[in-house]
Amino acid sequence: MFDNPELMKAIFGRLTLEALPFHEPILVATFAVVAIGGVALVGALTYFKLWGYLWTEWFTSVDHKRIGVMYIVLALVMLLRGFADAIMMRAQQAMAFNGSEGYLPAHHFDQIFTAHGVIMIFFVAMPFVTGLMNFVVPLQIGARDVAFPFLNNFSFWMTAVGAALVMVSLFVGEFARTGWLSYPPLSNLAYSPDVGVDYYIWSLQVAGVGTLLSGVNLIATIVKMRAPGMTLMKMPVFTWTALCTNILIVAAFPVLTGVLALLSLDRYVGTNFFTNDFGGNAMMYVNLIWIWGHPEVYILILPAFGVFSEVVSTFSGKRLFGYTSMVYATVVITILSYLVWLHHFFTMGSGASVNSFFGITTMIISIPTGAKMFNWLFTMYRGRIRFEVPMLWTIAFMLTFVVGGMTGVLLAVPPADFVLHNSLFLIAHFHNVIIGGVVFGSFAGITYWFPKAFGFKLDPFWGKMSFWFWVTGFWFAFTPLYVLGLMGVTRRLRVFDDPSLQIWFVIAAFGGILIAIGIASFFVQLAVSIKNRDKLRDVTGDPWNGRTLEWSTSSPPPAYNFAFTPVIHDNDAWWDMKKRGYQRPLEGYKAIHMPSNTAAGIILAGLSGITAFALIWHIWWLVIVGFVALIGTAIGHTFNYHRSFHFPREQVVKAERERTQLLQTVRA
Amino acid sequence: MTTTTAASASLAKAKETPVFYVADEHDHPEGASTLLGFWLYLMSDCLVFAVLFATYGVLSSSYAAGPSPKELFDLPLVAVNTSMLLLSSITYGFAVLEMQKKNVNAMLFWLVVTGLFGAAFLGIELYEFAHMIHEGATPQRSAFLSSFFTLVGTHGLHVTFGIIWMITLITQVWRFGLIEANKRRLLCLSMFWHFLDVVWIGVFTFVYLMGVLR
Repeated sequence: MFDNPELMKAIFGRLTLEALPFHEPILVATFAVVAIGGVALVGALTYFKLWGYLWTEWFTSVDHKRIGVMYIVLALVMLLRGFADAIMMRAQQAMAFNGSEGYLPAHHFDQIFTAHGVIMIFFVAMPFVTGLMNFVVPLQIGARDVAFPFLNNFSFWMTAVGAALVMVSLFVGEFARTGWLSYPPLSNLAYSPDVGVDYYIWSLQVAGVGTLLSGVNLIATIVKMRAPGMTLMKMPVFTWTALCTNILIVAAFPVLTGVLALLSLDRYVGTNFFTNDFGGNAMMYVNLIWIWGHPEVYILILPAFGVFSEVVSTFSGKRLFGYTSMVYATVVITILSYLVWLHHFFTMGSGASVNSFFGITTMIISIPTGAKMFNWLFTMYRGRIRFEVPMLWTIAFMLTFVVGGMTGVLLAVPPADFVLHNSLFLIAHFHNVIIGGVVFGSFAGITYWFPKAFGFKLDPFWGKMSFWFWVTGFWFAFTPLYVLGLMGVTRRLRVFDDPSLQIWFVIAAFGGILIAIGIASFFVQLAVSIKNRDKLRDVTGDPWNGRTLEWSTSSPPPAYNFAFTPVIHDNDAWWDMKKRGYQRPLEGYKAIHMPSNTAAGIILAGLSGITAFALIWHIWWLVIVGFVALIGTAIGHTFNYHRSFHFPREQVVKAERERTQLLQTVRA
Repeated sequence: MTTTTAASASLAKAKETPVFYVADEHDHPEGASTLLGFWLYLMSDCLVFAVLFATYGVLSSSYAAGPSPKELFDLPLVAVNTSMLLLSSITYGFAVLEMQKKNVNAMLFWLVVTGLFGAAFLGIELYEFAHMIHEGATPQRSAFLSSFFTLVGTHGLHVTFGIIWMITLITQVWRFGLIEANKRRLLCLSMFWHFLDVVWIGVFTFVYLMGVLR
């Protein structure tokens, strides 16, 4: 059978033993580490008999809180992978001077910078913000779950399967060598005939479905499920930013889906959308991908702005300054984010008028963003500021992000962009806003809401360690890139001729090591906090003296979130309740209507993953089997009409009585 | 005088503890957000079509020395095809009217008619595609043809899924009757089906009519 190439091709498509990277020692070593770690994890889960628990309580759960936590776990795992890529690039660039080739061959280096970008945006930043929104939004609006709980579970698993496909590409075949947006003609069949770009396309298509559906889900949740009294202008700012972000998701991700579908048609069917001949137009791809890509950066940053708004008002002990202007600033940013995409390719040659239009719209975005900055500052002004870890992240964000914003405005000037386009100055700029904004925001949010999710606070010492190493590491790693960019060094270079540049890359690598310590400190923080959880316990449900509804329920909240749906009179609803003598009801509980768990989400996502893998490797029979199974399962799932149950009254009574006793221990 | 009383009344009101929770709550009906959610999904689908329309707009004169719309499009055939789809939208409307009157059998009848019109539309479209490919006007021939086949084909693919969904729903209504969940699904499919009709009107105008005029 093995000597019949036709048969082997019919069964395995392009997949051969050569696809496994035995010839690359770095990958073999990585695989060994991952395999040992994986076996240890599976072994531990089996030994402690945790599979059943994970399956019934987490994997099939439709509880928005659990799904939110799973998103964050996914983001943290992928952060390690994306950061490993980053530190490898930093090491390579710090070494490859004076005739040295460094330690990474070009083939591998190009995959690393592509994977780093894809992973950090799609599988770290996106799950971070989606996870926070999933966990927080229903609690903040006084709802018991999202509008479509099953869809929520399915969305998470689609994202996870997309991430898994990227991970598989590390050991089976290879990843794209095209940069994180895979511009044609380089990404077309003629120049990238192997599986790398196909891994890229299908991992993003699978994850994109998940993102789009979670966007639809959260919009419907926010529009339809707010507690009585919560008018739009009484929504907490984080919920506002979540609403705008999800509108952006629904209005931007279909464009990504569309343009990647066109690229895959070019690669699979031989159409001529983006080819060099037969009338194809590669710039069409660049336009379309940035029509998605620019809103995408606001999809990431807006929830971070929301986190900072919550944190700054909680830890200043004051109502947020300029709530209305904050809301309008968010909405204006949402709209403007669609009118700036061309600033990513001023050098395309659209002419002075077009470039001026997009340059000016880009600069205008700094106005609402600046208004937000002032609002945060004025919230702190005369506040009683508590420098807890989330507040530290917020202050570091304000300092860092302003610099990133200013270099952004600089890049928005088309003549300046002609000099700086694709230089390390650009790299420094967007890391400045993404790390300084989204990553700092995610850590602020995780530290802020962790006690709500798990019932105990994170250890502040290790939190501060993580904070200081991240912040100083960031500045050491990226200030040199600004300098290098101004000197004209372009991105994605593997070796350098000019030895005078080396010192800057060495400094940047040092910054990378500091960030590594920051990341390690975060995981130490998790471990230490779990160990000391009894000391860090939050029994009140309101560990920070919070202002919004999520702090009115217990930590962790019961499955049904609120025994009674709250009624809202003020935009700091919980603060208002505390001020005006709210008494927690002690009787009159009812059974609560809740959605049932289901395995359909993980099964459908798994089938999508199999179909995608078969498409990548041209295993056509498996494509057909996978796709038919996918459609069949989806249809079969619609025959299940019993998707909810009543959470029994006795259990509500029991849970609420326990909370009453806990609250009495605090008072006593 | 009156203003002072009003002010003191509101002051007094502020001092009492207001109602902070719903004491007597009833179950929320299931699927209360489904129609909104589905509509949001349709808008995202609309954007996929927007991408395809824009791409067609940019590439529609990139013939690469191959055939042009004037040589390829057979307007009378497309007119018949269009009428199939428009009629199917009308019959879906009849089905929804019967659904509201709770006439299960009449509703199923109109749903079957709708499906048949949809299938006729697909048949004619496939015939058109086969004919063009036979003439050498394949999707690979030029960027114009790539974008033409993709735009029209994506619409056709949507109709195909609509028909599969319709068969599923016919089965479900036939087995479980016009229960709330099924009614909701029928309304979602109705939105989907009419949406495809609207998109087709765009295709007919933008691709076929304007293509022949050019």
